Amino acid sequence: MNSKQRKWIYNILPYTILAIVGICFLLPLLWVLVASVDPHAMQSLKMPDRLTGNNYVDVLKNPDNQRAFLIGLLMSGGQALMVVLLGLLAAYPLSRYQLKFKKPFMLTILFMTSLPITAVMVPVYQLFLILKLYNNIFGVILFFIASAMPYGIWMLKNFMDSVSIELEEAAWIDGASVFTGIRKVIAPLMVPGICTVAIFTFSGSWGNFFVPYILLQSPERFPASLKIYQFFGQYGMADYGKLAAFSVMYAIPSIVLYILSQRFMSKGFSMQGGMKG
Amino acid sequence: MSSLAVASAGRRRKTWTWLYFLLPSLAIMLVFFIYPIILTVFYSFTNLALTGEAAKNLKFIGFDNYTHMFEDPTVRTSIWNTLVFLIGSAVVGQQVLGFLIALFMKHKNKWFRRVVGTIVLAGWVTPEIVCALCLYSFFSDEGTLNAMLQSVGIPEVTWLYTVPMITIILANIWHGTAFSMLVFQAALDDVPSEIEEAAVVDGATKWQILTRVTIPYIKETITTNMMLVTLQTLGVFGLIYAMTGGGPGTSTTTLPIFMYNQAFVNYQLGYGTAISLLLLFIGIILSLFYIRSMRD
Repeated sequence: MNSKQRKWIYNILPYTILAIVGICFLLPLLWVLVASVDPHAMQSLKMPDRLTGNNYVDVLKNPDNQRAFLIGLLMSGGQALMVVLLGLLAAYPLSRYQLKFKKPFMLTILFMTSLPITAVMVPVYQLFLILKLYNNIFGVILFFIASAMPYGIWMLKNFMDSVSIELEEAAWIDGASVFTGIRKVIAPLMVPGICTVAIFTFSGSWGNFFVPYILLQSPERFPASLKIYQFFGQYGMADYGKLAAFSVMYAIPSIVLYILSQRFMSKGFSMQGGMKG
Repeated sequence: MSSLAVASAGRRRKTWTWLYFLLPSLAIMLVFFIYPIILTVFYSFTNLALTGEAAKNLKFIGFDNYTHMFEDPTVRTSIWNTLVFLIGSAVVGQQVLGFLIALFMKHKNKWFRRVVGTIVLAGWVTPEIVCALCLYSFFSDEGTLNAMLQSVGIPEVTWLYTVPMITIILANIWHGTAFSMLVFQAALDDVPSEIEEAAVVDGATKWQILTRVTIPYIKETITTNMMLVTLQTLGVFGLIYAMTGGGPGTSTTTLPIFMYNQAFVNYQLGYGTAISLLLLFIGIILSLFYIRSMRD
């Protein structure tokens, strides 16, 4: 093998490997996309003889599915809102005050962000039985808020640290209270950070299967994630087309939010740069 | 920083204000997050159960759950399965594959990079239960993989029964690799090109540059990423549960699946919490290991 051949191989090899990896990653995904518009979808990937939107229409028309999506939105939306509100409040003294316990507190928070939630589900279930919160949608939201709080506080504290205190002080001189300062000065400057936290918590619980699976019992209270599992777990995979359409619709919010967070984060950073100048 | 300190000092007069700010989030974390962890420790020493005798009178049974745990052959299988799943899907799979993708993508055609990157990312952004569905139908008897094999004359294989562990490992690789890819893309972009160029001038081969320059330079990123991915993989439940249900037999029963079966199928909550604690313990050990290797 001469050096020219070797160089050629070096150039072509990464492309070949990446292309193979890409195809392997694409195939399972392609199935769900194609099956969702195939009137005779099967379990394996195949060219549909014609395309249809009926699977989506059927899924959307079904009141059970509508409810599952609404419950999912309520859970994740409610959680994201509360995590941001409570997180901002908690971040304020952690960012602005000199507190003795701040360092150990922040380390504990950081440690809690990395604990696997799976491990606490059994006692949480027991706690929910005691508190009569079992099979209660708002109970699930409360647990979601608690489990996302460490991450929310950690991120919001860091974002708040980068908001200059001078602007806040100027507001105080103009007669603003601490709360008005947070609401009118800090929060607007933290929009990128707030959006990041909101998006992360929202998609975290939107995609979560285990927590509602343990804490809810009645099928009419199931969010979208459980509805899908019910679809293919319990009753077998009878209607692949509808199942695929449901899955695609359920995945869309996660994908859209991811794209938004990318845009938002890059925009946010440049905006912050502008503020400093 | 200094202006911040001055302002904060000025505000130390209002000694207790900080508590009002922290109280709501602290309360909710205490009740629904920290208290359950403490409960875990407590319940793991009891015979807590939902049905039968034990449901009526909760008893403190000392280390019985733990001795039971270490005698239970399924526990050993579950720990083993968890480790195989961890190493296969997180350490080798997501981490190495993510690194290789990031490495190969460097300096490649922009459009090619964007297409492959987006496909890998799609698996990550997709919720785990949809991932389970996609991969289940890919590997199932009448799924895409068998259809492809049959079209080239290879007889179909019952993947989910003959190699169930490999299917869930591949599923988790499919779901999680993008995270490592993103982390390593950022890290590789930070490696100053002058260092690599200097190595080229000194006559180093590509392999030498990779192992002696690039990898040592991003060592910290590798350890951080490895531990994040490990902790995440430790808690994986939905993906395995929906694809194989922990079976056939106990061949894909990891600790979370075993915990679920004991607590919610057999209603042995006390025993289930003892397994939770084992899972938490493994998580803590790995976290400590992670913090230590960060310091070195």
